Amino acid sequence: MDKLCLEHIGYTYSVGTPFEYTALDDVTAHIRDDRITGVIGHTGSGKSTMMMLLNGLVKPTKGKVYLDGYDINSTAKELYSDWLKRPEYQNMRKSTAKKAIKAEVQRRKRGLCFRVGLVMQYPEYQLFEETVYKDIAYGPKNMGLSEEEIRERVLYGARFSGLSDDLLEKSPFDLSGGQKRRVAIAGVIAMKPEVLVLDEPAAGLDPLGREQIFNEIRQYQRSTHSTVIIVSHSMEDMAEYCDDMIVLAHSKAIAEGTTAEVFAQISMLDEVGLDIPQITQLIRMLRKRGIDVPENVYTVDRAVELLRDHYQALKGSQT
Amino acid sequence: MKSIAFGQYYPANSPIHRMDPRAKVILTVLYIVCTFLCRNTLCFAALLLSAVFLTVLSRVPIGMILRSIRPLIVILTFTSLINVFMTKGERLLTPSWEIPLWGAHVWRIRIFAEGLWNALFMVVRIVALLIGTSVLLSYTTTPIALTDALERLFSPLKKIKVPVHDIAMMTTIALRFIPTLMDETQRIMNAQKARGADFTSGGLIKRAKALLPVLIPLLVSAFNRAYELASAMECRCYHGGEGRTRLKILHLRVSDVFAVLLLVAFGVGIFFLNRVGILYTMK
Repeated sequence: MDKLCLEHIGYTYSVGTPFEYTALDDVTAHIRDDRITGVIGHTGSGKSTMMMLLNGLVKPTKGKVYLDGYDINSTAKELYSDWLKRPEYQNMRKSTAKKAIKAEVQRRKRGLCFRVGLVMQYPEYQLFEETVYKDIAYGPKNMGLSEEEIRERVLYGARFSGLSDDLLEKSPFDLSGGQKRRVAIAGVIAMKPEVLVLDEPAAGLDPLGREQIFNEIRQYQRSTHSTVIIVSHSMEDMAEYCDDMIVLAHSKAIAEGTTAEVFAQISMLDEVGLDIPQITQLIRMLRKRGIDVPENVYTVDRAVELLRDHYQALKGSQT
Repeated sequence: MKSIAFGQYYPANSPIHRMDPRAKVILTVLYIVCTFLCRNTLCFAALLLSAVFLTVLSRVPIGMILRSIRPLIVILTFTSLINVFMTKGERLLTPSWEIPLWGAHVWRIRIFAEGLWNALFMVVRIVALLIGTSVLLSYTTTPIALTDALERLFSPLKKIKVPVHDIAMMTTIALRFIPTLMDETQRIMNAQKARGADFTSGGLIKRAKALLPVLIPLLVSAFNRAYELASAMECRCYHGGEGRTRLKILHLRVSDVFAVLLLVAFGVGIFFLNRVGILYTMK
């Protein structure tokens, strides 16, 4: 099922000035529930802008964003005519019903950032509290939860982002870069969002750090069955960790579907200048040399499996 | 990604944009002098024409310039009203209206032709001043070029031990980092909003408190940036202005000199036009 749905989204910065810049142009995309969706594209292809649209930080200049079928930018006025027919508002006096609708729209707007948790690029620069614990608690506190609940949420966030308990009482400014990033991610996970959006979660980390972060994200998704969106420009990571993919290029969404479907259009990815995974390139070269392996291979594990089979088959035919 | 325009600089390729910034600073000063030299109708007409001419020459859209005048409307109205009602002259336009105040006091409204003229002249003067300076400097010169020009123009002060270069370098760096810090502020605000921060509701104290999660990371990163910049400058052996060459050497061209001379001629012209008594001459 579609958790999030973008319809004909357009977004332009600084409209009406000489610095006008179109970040997104007629983008339509669907993000399915209980899956990891990767959004991939070059720098400046509009990825980050698209992520900020999902939790209402910015409003699209054109088009609509739906979360569970509800247009997140709709105003009470637009909804009156439709909602007044709903059973819960039908029995009320019209003015009371309108007030109730207004309050409901406000409530949803306020709650949006808790439902769609966004971890921005280089989130370690947003830390400000004295201790890691307090920093992770910032989001849950804004939700108006009880002390008890906040504590539970902080530990939940820390567990999923791989922070050990002894770090919780440290100052976030004393941590290493990778740890800081984990604190920031924990701060968003602690809000238990239905949709977790991570903008370049592994940018600037060493290969081991990358792998750990992505593994933690995957583990989080698999155990909570929430919707996760990862933005990246690394095809390798996307191929490895994502179920679905959306490809952005030149402010437009040029492909979407399951990872296999998108990678099947490798020539198209080549065209927009995205690096296809090295392993895929290797397999393509092998095929050109006349080695009979299937074309669409994009993870190392799969390649190893195929090549082993191939080798075995080869050995079998020789003897 | 998105380039926030700092100040009012409007990128275009016009004769004024291409001019040496030093010439532009001198021109601006001269132009300000000119606006204050004007005394009679003819001069102010010439002044208005020159402002229009500069605007056209700069290729800055007229809408942008009018927008910069908008905040001045209050001041313009205020000065005009003061001038209309307070100037005493010879040609009385109104019969002596009297508005009773309290007791035997009355306020006599008398509007003189001189008052109307003065009000008009004041408006033209302020508008020309604003258009002249913004078209000659703020719209057409990048802040960096401007500090560069000021450094060169004030370099004689080095003789009396004024650290001109250091002041210019500090100004340049400060100006350079304003857009960066603005970007950063926006990013951090967005990040905290994504965690449910609310900057718009509540009383003054609540709002000030809500800004803490933005200000602390901003300060931390500003200091980090400053340290990094200082090390980067030291790594490249920066040690002040002594013997330092520049990437962009300012060249005073014939056209720049010509422009300055033209404006001087304009000033002299105004000086003499002031003697021609047409319609009205300001006291």
